[in-house]
Amino acid sequence: MSTARVNAESLLAIDVGGVNTRAMLFDDVEGRYRFLGVGVAPTTVGAPFKDALEGIRRAIDRLQQITGRILVDEEERIVIPSMPDGTGVDTVAATISAGPPLRVVVLGLLEDISVESARRLAKTTYARVLDCIGLNDLRDLEARVDVILRLRPDLVLVAGGTEGGASHSVLKQLEAVGLANYLMPGDQRAEVLFVGNQALREEVKAAIGHLGPLHFAPNVRPNLETEQLDPAQVKLAEIARSIRKRQIKGIEELDSWAGGGLLPTVSAFSRVIRFLSKMYSSEKGVLGVDVGATAAAVAMAFSGQLKQGVYPEFGLGRGLAELLEYCPPEQITRWLHLDIPQGYVQEYMYTKSLYPASVPATSEDLAIEQSLAREVIRLAVNRTLEGMPARENGPAQDLLPWFEPIVAGGSVLTRAPNPAQSLLTLLDGLQPTGITTLVLDQNHLAPALGAAAAVNPVLVSQVLASSTFLNLGTVICPIGNARPGTPVLRLRVTYEGGSETSLEIKQGSLEMIHLPMGQRAQLQLQPLHRFDVGMGGFGRGGSVRVIGGALGVVVDARGRPLELPPDPHRRRELINKWRWTLGC
Amino acid sequence: MSAPIRHILPLTTIRRERLLPVAGRVIVRKGQKVGATDAVAETRLTPEHLLLDVRRGLKVSQEKADRVIQCKIGMKVAEGDILAGPVGLTRRVIRAPKNGRVVLTGEGQILLEIENPPYELRAGFPGTVIELVDERGVIIEASGALVQGVWGNGRIDFGLMYVLAHTPDETLTADKLDVSHRGSIVLGGYCDQLEVLKVAGELPVRGLVLASMNAALLNAALRARYPIIVLDGFGHLPMNSAAFKLLTTNERREAALIAEPWNPYTGVRPEVFIPLPVQDELPFPPETEEFTPGKQVYSFRAPYAGKIGVITEVLAGTTVLPNGLATQVARVQLENGESVLIPLANLEILL
Repeated sequence: MSTARVNAESLLAIDVGGVNTRAMLFDDVEGRYRFLGVGVAPTTVGAPFKDALEGIRRAIDRLQQITGRILVDEEERIVIPSMPDGTGVDTVAATISAGPPLRVVVLGLLEDISVESARRLAKTTYARVLDCIGLNDLRDLEARVDVILRLRPDLVLVAGGTEGGASHSVLKQLEAVGLANYLMPGDQRAEVLFVGNQALREEVKAAIGHLGPLHFAPNVRPNLETEQLDPAQVKLAEIARSIRKRQIKGIEELDSWAGGGLLPTVSAFSRVIRFLSKMYSSEKGVLGVDVGATAAAVAMAFSGQLKQGVYPEFGLGRGLAELLEYCPPEQITRWLHLDIPQGYVQEYMYTKSLYPASVPATSEDLAIEQSLAREVIRLAVNRTLEGMPARENGPAQDLLPWFEPIVAGGSVLTRAPNPAQSLLTLLDGLQPTGITTLVLDQNHLAPALGAAAAVNPVLVSQVLASSTFLNLGTVICPIGNARPGTPVLRLRVTYEGGSETSLEIKQGSLEMIHLPMGQRAQLQLQPLHRFDVGMGGFGRGGSVRVIGGALGVVVDARGRPLELPPDPHRRRELINKWRWTLGC
Repeated sequence: MSAPIRHILPLTTIRRERLLPVAGRVIVRKGQKVGATDAVAETRLTPEHLLLDVRRGLKVSQEKADRVIQCKIGMKVAEGDILAGPVGLTRRVIRAPKNGRVVLTGEGQILLEIENPPYELRAGFPGTVIELVDERGVIIEASGALVQGVWGNGRIDFGLMYVLAHTPDETLTADKLDVSHRGSIVLGGYCDQLEVLKVAGELPVRGLVLASMNAALLNAALRARYPIIVLDGFGHLPMNSAAFKLLTTNERREAALIAEPWNPYTGVRPEVFIPLPVQDELPFPPETEEFTPGKQVYSFRAPYAGKIGVITEVLAGTTVLPNGLATQVARVQLENGESVLIPLANLEILL
């Protein structure tokens, strides 16, 4: 992280979110890049403005007030590059998550092979898969055409055929999309992304190339055993950008400011997670979770290998009413520390879906919002883990793999009244394993840095190395089976001054060890009863250096998976005890 | 800070785009006066196609099949019309299985679009067509009283309005609905009985305007064949005083229920519109506003959900709420005289 500056270039990062638009400024401060400030304004892609630029201008205006820097000229155009008097910026990076999710139809051959891979590809951006049509689908050609015409997708993803594999069946599947596009008016034809057998490129072009916009990306299933989404994800992000430019006024101009590099927010967020995984180069992965109003997004990277998922159905905004289709209300209410009727929780969810920008103004509403966050984090992470093979030296298949660090964002976490509430929400939702650090992206910088990575990687590494993100704390989660109250971990903390503290952690407990922010300490861990803390196997301990976060060091021995008492009264008592322990 | 707006206006002029979801045909002309239930445009929303395999049907080669296809693209055909053939000694033919239109021929096949009733886009409220939107719909202008709500079940109708909510927090029960409400728009308060929706459908009423509704009834409300508009939200909320006063004073007037779902991208909201005669041209209500002292506001979240008040101060910076959350707030004097702090994010300006 000691990368030297080459050219000091200021950067304005703009993120058009579902609720808020943010303008963030980065520039050189004493020889290193620093985050200087953020201006936030409501997003204006919807009525009455129906123009993203209005919200962008307001966010920049606010940023100018905060930083005292002039970034736009008299005609409200961004001054690029910066002038000798300090006006303007040198580069602009832009991301977008606003707008309705892309409507996607998936065509493929085998349901659990190519169709599933194409469906997973669609879930790497803000999209809703409206229908999947595989080879064994019983609908005939006319019915398939009618489905596409009725659904009017923005994009049809066509997969199928391993490299050098099936060809006839793939071309047969294309007939439906070809016919549907032929029957649609020119300006309403769906974009088609072919991610199947690459040997068929020319035949695919000849068959449907003249019937609408056609794109190609490498096969998502080059062979039966391998799923390869990364190259297609890049193409999908490109297509998403072009669709957004058509759909939302002002996005074309934003993209031009960013030199054509506008990215879906999730792509930029994932890029940072991948970057961190390369930077840490540990055996553990890096996990990123963003709980937004538009969608919940998850990015996992293991030695640079990325897996990401975007779930509009788990967003805490307009899609919230839909959440009940994926989890019963008691899954949400089980996290409440207050006695709130289930009916009120449902009403809350419907009201919030009507007013996604609104905030919880009572203790009850705040408790519901944080319970919802726990549940959507759990659902989104589990969905992303689906189909992922168990990792060597990792915990059991149904548990979260070892990660270091875990980066979290989203207003529900960053605007929580105190860091303890954010940390407990993350602990409950993610249920991390082993030793990890929970980091909060307070200013929603991760997507900005991801977008900036393409134009200024030095800036990204220097800002990530600065204390721009909030270290919530080091978390130790021993894994194993023991009766509640059984000692499962011995822990010795040696502080920088040489003083020591020893603790015995019991199964079922949640403990906080005081370690001031930024202060280092040495932890000596000795798991008992063959518990695993991710130090090389069951019962294996060792020494680890940690840095104090907002909550110091937290030991979560509540069990994995965390099981809550079925009795509501006992459950609330226990949750309140945990809240008290952490100082929520 | 720019503010969202809710319109509850006793007399105003509205202009509304009425657009088809897909391209279609506009069937009214500019300047035409339309009724609420008049169709202004039509299209085929649920297309149905049939692929006829001439080659296989007539047992001929593809080249020959193409030669014997008698219909042309765009041709309308009636059930039984000969589309291909005759061939062979028995003079085999392919006939249209249903009424429809030929949309594609070639490679020995005919693609037929089956005729089905078109989707008709209705005006929604009585007014004058002031602009045609090519292949998509119209813009209609009208004057009258306007009340915007928060939720609608997607249906539209028009009828005489009966008031069954005599106080803003009255609960609408099934026994309050009787045969005298058949064909009318019913203004109710809170609804938490499935039976209410059922009885209203059996009468049937032309529509229900509710202050609030139990969220458990949502699916049933979506299935109802008459429009339902919820004005204030989900849970037991009394009707906001502005809407209650305006709607109850317009009892027995004809009202249009445009129960479109709230779409933040297009700006379409569920609305009750009561057409009223006007002498002079009325100004259009503003679409953008800022939170400033003196503005009348509507709070839609607890603890002041459904309450109306006037901003007395917009506090600088952020303020910590009793639950610990820091956010921008306004001091609002509620109608009962109480002065409270409400997050700006939980307010709409009432116009």
